Amino acid sequence: MNTTLNAVSLPAPAPLLGRKGWAAFLLALIAVCAVAPVLNLWVPPGSILHLSDYGVGLLGRIMCYAICALAMDLIWGYTGILSLGHGLFFALGGYAMGMYLMRQIGLDGNYKSNLPDFMVFLDWKTLPWHWTFSDSFVATLLLIIAVPGLVAFVFGYFAFRSRIKGVYFSIITQAMTFAAMLLFFRNETGFGGNNGFTDFKRILDIPIATPQMRMTLFVLTGLTLLGFFLLARWLINSKFGRVLQAVRDAETRVMFSGYNPIGYKLTIWTISAMMCGVAGALYVPQVGIINPSEMSPANSIEMAIWAAVGGRATLIGPILGAFIVSGAKSWLTVAYPEFWLYFLGALFIGVTLFLPDGVVGLVKKLKGGAK
Amino acid sequence: MGMSTVPTLQVLTMLKKILLTTIFLIATSAYSITSDEVKGITIGETDARVEALAKAMPGADDQTAAFLQALADDAVKVAGDKVLVVKDDKAFDAVTGAVQPLPADAEDVINNNRMRGEIDSALAALKLFSKDDAVRAAAVKQLQSDADESKLPLIEKALATEQNAAIKDQLGMVRAAALLGSSDKAKRLEAAKLLATSGQANTKTMLLARLAQEPDGQVKAALGAALRQVESTLAWGDRLGAIFSGISLGSILLLVALGLAITYGLMGVINMAHGELMMIGAYATYVVQGLFQKYLPGAFDWYLLAAVPVAFMASALMGALLERSVIRFLYGRPLETLLATWGISLMLMQLVRSIFGAQNVGVENPSWMSGGVQVLGNLSLPFNRLVIIGFALFVLAAVSWLISKTRLGLFVRGVTQNRPIASCMGVNTARIDTYAFALGSGIAGLAGCALSQVGNVGPDLGQGYIVDAFMVVVLGGVGQLAGTVYAALGLGILNKFLEGLTGAVLAKIAVLVFIIIFIQKRPQGIFAMKGRSAEA
Repeated sequence: MNTTLNAVSLPAPAPLLGRKGWAAFLLALIAVCAVAPVLNLWVPPGSILHLSDYGVGLLGRIMCYAICALAMDLIWGYTGILSLGHGLFFALGGYAMGMYLMRQIGLDGNYKSNLPDFMVFLDWKTLPWHWTFSDSFVATLLLIIAVPGLVAFVFGYFAFRSRIKGVYFSIITQAMTFAAMLLFFRNETGFGGNNGFTDFKRILDIPIATPQMRMTLFVLTGLTLLGFFLLARWLINSKFGRVLQAVRDAETRVMFSGYNPIGYKLTIWTISAMMCGVAGALYVPQVGIINPSEMSPANSIEMAIWAAVGGRATLIGPILGAFIVSGAKSWLTVAYPEFWLYFLGALFIGVTLFLPDGVVGLVKKLKGGAK
Repeated sequence: MGMSTVPTLQVLTMLKKILLTTIFLIATSAYSITSDEVKGITIGETDARVEALAKAMPGADDQTAAFLQALADDAVKVAGDKVLVVKDDKAFDAVTGAVQPLPADAEDVINNNRMRGEIDSALAALKLFSKDDAVRAAAVKQLQSDADESKLPLIEKALATEQNAAIKDQLGMVRAAALLGSSDKAKRLEAAKLLATSGQANTKTMLLARLAQEPDGQVKAALGAALRQVESTLAWGDRLGAIFSGISLGSILLLVALGLAITYGLMGVINMAHGELMMIGAYATYVVQGLFQKYLPGAFDWYLLAAVPVAFMASALMGALLERSVIRFLYGRPLETLLATWGISLMLMQLVRSIFGAQNVGVENPSWMSGGVQVLGNLSLPFNRLVIIGFALFVLAAVSWLISKTRLGLFVRGVTQNRPIASCMGVNTARIDTYAFALGSGIAGLAGCALSQVGNVGPDLGQGYIVDAFMVVVLGGVGQLAGTVYAALGLGILNKFLEGLTGAVLAKIAVLVFIIIFIQKRPQGIFAMKGRSAEA
């Protein structure tokens, strides 16, 4: 046998980011860590350069959405699995954080009780078992990652093992988040029923509603987003990422080549869910509320449209998509509340019909045409 | 049965009129109520008055009724030892009916709540002799809760003359209830025996109350036996009720899922806007109802017959439009179809909000669909549910005929199974796609029309059913109708049974978990497609 035939020459692994990429990354880092804080905290409110508190809140929220979009891109764009249940993981992370924040209220609630207000209202005497770790911040950090991860792992294990694919999988994930929403709506579940958690006072014993704390959370969210971007970039450039893309393009062929796709799919599915959980945990202290409507199927589908608008399988695209769609939403729902749903609906249709590669694909095409 | 259709209030005012006119006609001819009785009932302490009333009851007749009615209407005054009935500023003697001058010092008769209750139930007992079936039935119903021994002679008298079988049955139960409070042990035993055959929830409470204060051991045993028998009858009613509401829910799911079975099951198009096509059907029904109210109020009862084809056409046209404009570009790309149709559903919902407003609109049942059949004491089957079950079966038959027997059905099956070959045979596949999608959408419209008769019609109507409907199709398996039918009925009944055990929310969750587990075992649904088309 000729050995040269067997030695398939793989292309050298792509660098994590190109020269331009690193430059852009650095700019983003500076914008988040230095420019935004300065514009918000030190530039006086009258100046045109001033970044308002509303703006900080909005950008912080959208960065949380961008993390979700990134997670969607890993599972949908690179692995070809459309999840319509990522809102559940987002909400689970949010609830884990929310429990900690509820405990931080301490005796300052309406009923001046050691228990959260809604428990006093329901006439509960002690904390339910699943609140055991809610007093510890470290445990909360663990739960934020572990709970969505575990739920995703168990669900994914059963789903992938029985080879549920494509649209079937999408519908089942939708049913999953729908069922969870119904469960969380119940008072007996111990998560505040349909009011959820709100009225947070402190985080790590520091008041939560100050401009400094808002800025801190903003910077943290930005850093997390950038960190996850690098992580995702590293994942998809690795051999693991290549197998994922192979699974997306021809799963049967991957199996015939001796790979078991279940492990790959399950791993990326779980990682993606954990990323959403972290996004949810960062989201809750910034908006100050978490309730079961975050688990509604509509929210999860909206995540898919962020990824689709920006351009699937590009990583940067979904982040842009989250900014474009959420930005448009926060503007339209105030300016023309009637038209927001028309716009969103048209976006769903237009992107799938005319922009299969999203905004990033459009830009590439225009550049290619210019050449 | 007429009793449920005539509102009680109307009956009462009618009755009042009759009584007030009879007071003058009859009172003059025969004085069956004595002056002493009248005084006893009107004057004195409440205890004494109640006792006097009880004494007067066995011999009571229309005149007594008229007097009691006046008493209940606060139209009786007392002057010295005279009892006067006041009407139109004139006073009449309560016994003779002769016109009397109304003395200036005449005092109102004060009835406390207890006295009022006694008067009302006495009046109800007297109404047992009314000529109007509805009045008698209403009287029986009222007596059920407060029958006592003093009314027994009246009840027995009424029982002897009662012609209407249904009322007679009910009256028998009232008699038993009256016997239950008797001081005679034999009578109480008889009551226990009679009540055992009743299947009504209030019989149970009555027996329980008596059991708690019964001193006699033998009667106690009889009451216990009666209680068990009533409970088992009630349990049967509950079980049958759960099955019926399961079938009813199943029939609705079936209607919802039948459309999906065509668009998703046969064509493979994930249509997230299916629920909104149902909503369009429901709103079409609403519009037809409005047109009938405005232009054909005489034929209002039959508006639904016109609404059915209109709902079908409205949704079918919308479906055809969607297929031509969006969906046909996405064949073979299910995930993209899912997202695009989700977008369509958002736009349709907003469109309806813009036109009809965000609030729910009211769609009324035609009169022939309201009411129901009383099967057991605690089980009645509403007509609108029955009609929908029948309608679902009709649609099912029509669809399976259309798919298996007609040329269009043949083409649809052909295009589904092998598009290129069908095309080679000269089938215009693009047109068949449009027809099939319009058909599926039209059936969604029919489902919406049916839903408008049992639930709220609002912009969110479709959202509540879409997850369930997809579950039905997923569970039933893609590509055939039989699976859809079994899955819809099965899920409906399972859901209602679990609801009885665990409550609505947990039942829903349990069903979803069940489906997820089921799909582990049979990823292709109840009826797996075999052969080559399975891996399509």
